[in-house]
Amino acid sequence: MIRVLERLGHTVLFPAGQTCCGQMHYNTGYQQDALPLLPRFVEQFASAEAVVVPSSSCVAMMREHYPFMAERLESAGEHPGLVEAVKNLLPRIWEFSEFLTKCLGLTDVGAYYPHRVTYHASCHGLRSLGLGDGPLSLLRSVQGIDLVPLENIEQCCGFGGTFAIKNADVSSAMLAEKTTAIMNTKAEVCTACDNSCLMHIGGALHRQRTGVHTVHLAEILAGDAPHPETGGK
Amino acid sequence: MSGTALDPRTASPFPMAAHAAVGNSQLRKNVRHATDVIQSKRARVVSEMPDWQALRESGKRIREHTMKYLDSYLLQFEENCGRAGGKVHWARDAAEARKIVVDLARQAIASTPGAANEVIKIKSMTTEEVHLNNEFEAAGIRPFETDLAELIIQLGHDQPSHIVVPALHKNRQQIREIFQREMNLPNLGESPQDLADAARKFLREKFLRVPVAISGANFLIAETGSVCGVESEGNGRMCLTLPNTLITLAGIDKVIPRFQDLEVFLQTLPRSATGERMNPYNSIWTGVHAGDGPQNFHIVLIDNGRTDVLADEEGRQTLHCIRCGACQNACPVYRQTGGHAYGSVYAGPIGAILTPQLQKMDYGESLPYASSLCGACYEVCPVKINIPEVLVHLRNRVVKKKTASVLGILASPEAIAMRAMAFIFLNERRFRAAQRLGRISDQAIAHKDGAGEQWISWLPGILGGWTQVRDLRAMPRQSFREWWEQRSSENNTARVKNDG
Repeated sequence: MIRVLERLGHTVLFPAGQTCCGQMHYNTGYQQDALPLLPRFVEQFASAEAVVVPSSSCVAMMREHYPFMAERLESAGEHPGLVEAVKNLLPRIWEFSEFLTKCLGLTDVGAYYPHRVTYHASCHGLRSLGLGDGPLSLLRSVQGIDLVPLENIEQCCGFGGTFAIKNADVSSAMLAEKTTAIMNTKAEVCTACDNSCLMHIGGALHRQRTGVHTVHLAEILAGDAPHPETGGK
Repeated sequence: MSGTALDPRTASPFPMAAHAAVGNSQLRKNVRHATDVIQSKRARVVSEMPDWQALRESGKRIREHTMKYLDSYLLQFEENCGRAGGKVHWARDAAEARKIVVDLARQAIASTPGAANEVIKIKSMTTEEVHLNNEFEAAGIRPFETDLAELIIQLGHDQPSHIVVPALHKNRQQIREIFQREMNLPNLGESPQDLADAARKFLREKFLRVPVAISGANFLIAETGSVCGVESEGNGRMCLTLPNTLITLAGIDKVIPRFQDLEVFLQTLPRSATGERMNPYNSIWTGVHAGDGPQNFHIVLIDNGRTDVLADEEGRQTLHCIRCGACQNACPVYRQTGGHAYGSVYAGPIGAILTPQLQKMDYGESLPYASSLCGACYEVCPVKINIPEVLVHLRNRVVKKKTASVLGILASPEAIAMRAMAFIFLNERRFRAAQRLGRISDQAIAHKDGAGEQWISWLPGILGGWTQVRDLRAMPRQSFREWWEQRSSENNTARVKNDG
């Protein structure tokens, strides 16, 4: 992600104090434990022009729950001004692909990736963020790529955070449908905008010794090997 | 006559029940096929509606408004229903509702010369919720289900697995076997026509003979005191018109303010439920009419936990549900397990939020976790219930209860791990230390694959669910932070050199 952003001429900063958005705690029912992570997050990122996040589910967490969490903290008399700070920060938070397509208005980021690739639309990207065709439009502009559509693209891969552990049998059954669909595409690489889905899908593809790799969208867009015709960019 | 009723108080936790369901490949095949068919029909008839999103929003607002003034709309319904000749009864819980309905049926049978101890029933999930059939049987009264799917369930000593299509988990061959055995028709064919003919013959004489019908309701219209029920087969219409006594059981959440509100729901409900533009049979009954239809009409309005749901500001939207079942068809979890694993007549996403709330969070605590939070349910809901949001809210209620005491926290490895991680995430130094520690412990269990990458194929304790079918990539030798810092210092060095 850093390579892509720097190639496009942006200055990337990494606030070292950042840790976790709190999604795992929040979605598993430990909302109280997630609350203190919010002021920390705001403090780390408040001064950024744009906050780019390589995970759609983290962005969904921020957009869907941070305003409510800020209200709770502020109404409890803690962190005055947090509601306003969150309100100011949220419009500057972008999921990586959406930063490229919606904020910068780009589809071609000058990438080269000579592989057969299929794209998994993670649920949070698809439904919470409404990424729609954005990530696919970025992939279509990649030089050398052989992009193949994934059947039942709107179906969940079965990760769901702690769901994969708590309901391992159902999660595995959902995952089996997803890996079958991926294998049917004969792709070498499955990509997505969420490393959590990819960790899940990749774990099964590795266990089954399929030879299919999972790669984050940013890794594909970072590919800038010499172009066969133009001899490099 | 019926098998062990679905009861959240005695059901296995969802992961255990789901384990058995996932192992039943015939069940999964039936559920996948049926939900695929309904979903594609739904998608077709929804896509032809240019104002679908506006209809969803209207439905949501009508339901929100109704819940806000539920008490006054219920009283308005009672008054108008009574004026039209109906009698309204109030039931606090399942036991009260069962007693009222069975007593009313018993009186009606006793006052009908020559009537046997029998009632006919229209498909009603509310009667399933209170286990009404068991009560009838205990009272020596035989209830006959007349909805085709409910008849299959009843004759098969089975339980409903879907709120709209209760026998969705059965295929045609299985249905034929049930009819052959229970109707004594050894030569019955398996075409839809054969099966429908057998059911028709079996049911028709009951419609003509039995003087008491039991129904549920889709909507109670406050302004007119009318009850609305929609169906596909017409068997419900038979029950609503032929018997002399009609007893309706409905949740207090079923009320809508105005007749005109049906304009919204009679568009969204059939499209969402069965993928039909409208239901073949839409019945609306208002009190009694001399010489036409049932001459005695009773309606039992049941709370059974609903006012507790209403009291929870965040869980309240659960009561907006109009029971279309679209969330069940769309749910990737339901698709793998079918309905019985949820241990309640309300299965799927709506069941996962409704059941534990109706049980006041005393039972069904595993249900809010029976979801990957993928949001497919919210997307199809015709009244825009944000099911993922309610699921997360209920998980919080479960956790709060579990961790109310120090002992409770100590008894839960999950709670301890969550607390520990929250502690780590609050501090950069701790976070770095945890990453280093993770890498060291990874090395103990990771192994190299053919490509020389480090992978983990076995994890201990509660994490073992992961490695049943998946590997886990070991943490990289160099963390992102370490790479970033090394790169920054190299850049700085380079810059210093260049400057120098």
